[in-house]
Amino acid sequence: MLEAYPDNRLARIFLWGFSALAMAFLMLPTLVVVPLSFSASDLLEFPPRAYSLRWYENFFGSATWMAGLRTSLILGTLTAMVAVPLGLLACISINRLGGKTASAIQGVLLAPSIVPGILLAIGLFFVLAAQGLVGTLFGVLVGHVVLAIPVACIVLLPAVARFDWNQVQAARSLGADWARAIGGIIVPQLQISLLSATLMAFLTSLDESVISIFVASGRNSTLPKLMFLSLRDQIDPTIAAISTLWTAIVVVVVLIVTLRQKS
Amino acid sequence: MTIAADPALAADARSERRFFLALSLPALLIVGLAAILPILWIIRQSFLTTGGEYTVGNYEKVLSSGLTWSALITTVDLSLGTLAFCILLGTPLALALASVRPRVANLLMAFVMLPLWTSILVRTYGWLVLLRRDGLINAALTGSGLTAEPLPLVYNFTGTLIGMVHYMLPLFLLPVYAAMRDIDANLVRASASMGATLGQVIRTVILPLSAGGIVSGSMIVFIYTIGFFITPAVLGGGKVNPLSIRIERTLSTFQDWGSASVLGILLLVLMALVGVMFLVARRLVARNKVGAAHA
Repeated sequence: MLEAYPDNRLARIFLWGFSALAMAFLMLPTLVVVPLSFSASDLLEFPPRAYSLRWYENFFGSATWMAGLRTSLILGTLTAMVAVPLGLLACISINRLGGKTASAIQGVLLAPSIVPGILLAIGLFFVLAAQGLVGTLFGVLVGHVVLAIPVACIVLLPAVARFDWNQVQAARSLGADWARAIGGIIVPQLQISLLSATLMAFLTSLDESVISIFVASGRNSTLPKLMFLSLRDQIDPTIAAISTLWTAIVVVVVLIVTLRQKS
Repeated sequence: MTIAADPALAADARSERRFFLALSLPALLIVGLAAILPILWIIRQSFLTTGGEYTVGNYEKVLSSGLTWSALITTVDLSLGTLAFCILLGTPLALALASVRPRVANLLMAFVMLPLWTSILVRTYGWLVLLRRDGLINAALTGSGLTAEPLPLVYNFTGTLIGMVHYMLPLFLLPVYAAMRDIDANLVRASASMGATLGQVIRTVILPLSAGGIVSGSMIVFIYTIGFFITPAVLGGGKVNPLSIRIERTLSTFQDWGSASVLGILLLVLMALVGVMFLVARRLVARNKVGAAHA
């Protein structure tokens, strides 16, 4: 946009220098934990004087961390399995109904993404406590599904809008019932978007911490909850190992999503 | 259209509409049960004593407490501070991203998006490592002789603010970048050919035309930071107590559900107020933009 000002070197240097600083600021905390995770020392020295895999061994060898990992992976999978089908059906509904009804449904479904997590968390805590469900996997799952539905809808709405509805009408007029029309025609054509939505819903659950902190407990504590408790008490380099693994997973997932969308 | 004329087809269309409505019911039901019902529960709880009788005592107690007001001030301070730094850092960065070739811009955007997808706990941990007394930044500062003593960068307001700006910057950047991308480059070229300096172009063309994006980005920053919990809880070290932290403490230390609910409602009211303010601002900006186009 600024190519009309090729001579303004000072402004250019300022703009780029400034942006480089902002970029460094964004990347630094994620990158700094990687070398620390391979350190052999108990102290957080940088750069580490000796390298080892002890913090990874510590993580994979600890029953508590492994239980947290298991809970988080199960929750993430269940969240994606529930939120994506529900989101797809809702997106078809929003797309077909149109008008004010559709905007109202969309508004309700997207609302949880702007309500502060702490409010959802304590509200859910009250409701679950009244039913005696605090600390159960079910309680956390419900909370995560509600947060994953908006994410799934944001990915799926444009995909459903691009879908040629005439195909469904043709199938219906040839005698296919709705289940077959949706499962046999819509789902295969939206494969890529459904994969993205599934990964995003999984990540949403994996990353969610506030609801987990309030609602999960004991054996059902998620990885973020355990990390939070550990960060509050002391700085355990095991978290550097977890963080590195986590960032690697996120990079892979985001790469899959963006590459898939391009192809 | 023959659909309306044929009663059988009209009935068909009606039943089809009912079917499509039913498709969103499962999603609506779960959002209703796990998001809307809990908020209603908070409202109800705020009017109940521990014994379950109706009262306004919770409100009297919470609103007369100095802790509540200092929490409210901390919340607003944190949000305003985060917003100020997002605007200062994010606007030039968005301008730089909008003025490079799309291919380069996409690559750079990937770097911006990476933190957005990184766990908040991972990032908070990274900041702890960087900002502690014996952390990387203090080691660099004292090592190079810039400061004699390590600076108190974390477990206080400064650390919390750094963590929050880091969290919000990508979210602020997205709408601002989108708005700047949409500016017609010919406008800049025309201004340049008529002798406008770079500063004048930025001030009179680029900033006014991206004001809508800046207002949207600011709204996102403000609404999110108002309820933020993890960052102040870890990087604040117990010394930074916005409403979210007060809610948690009221709940976990005092098991006082009524007061925690009142604080929750304060948070909601604050959010609604800010939301309305920003919507008004956005309307004003849109009107100004139309005005500018006509002038």
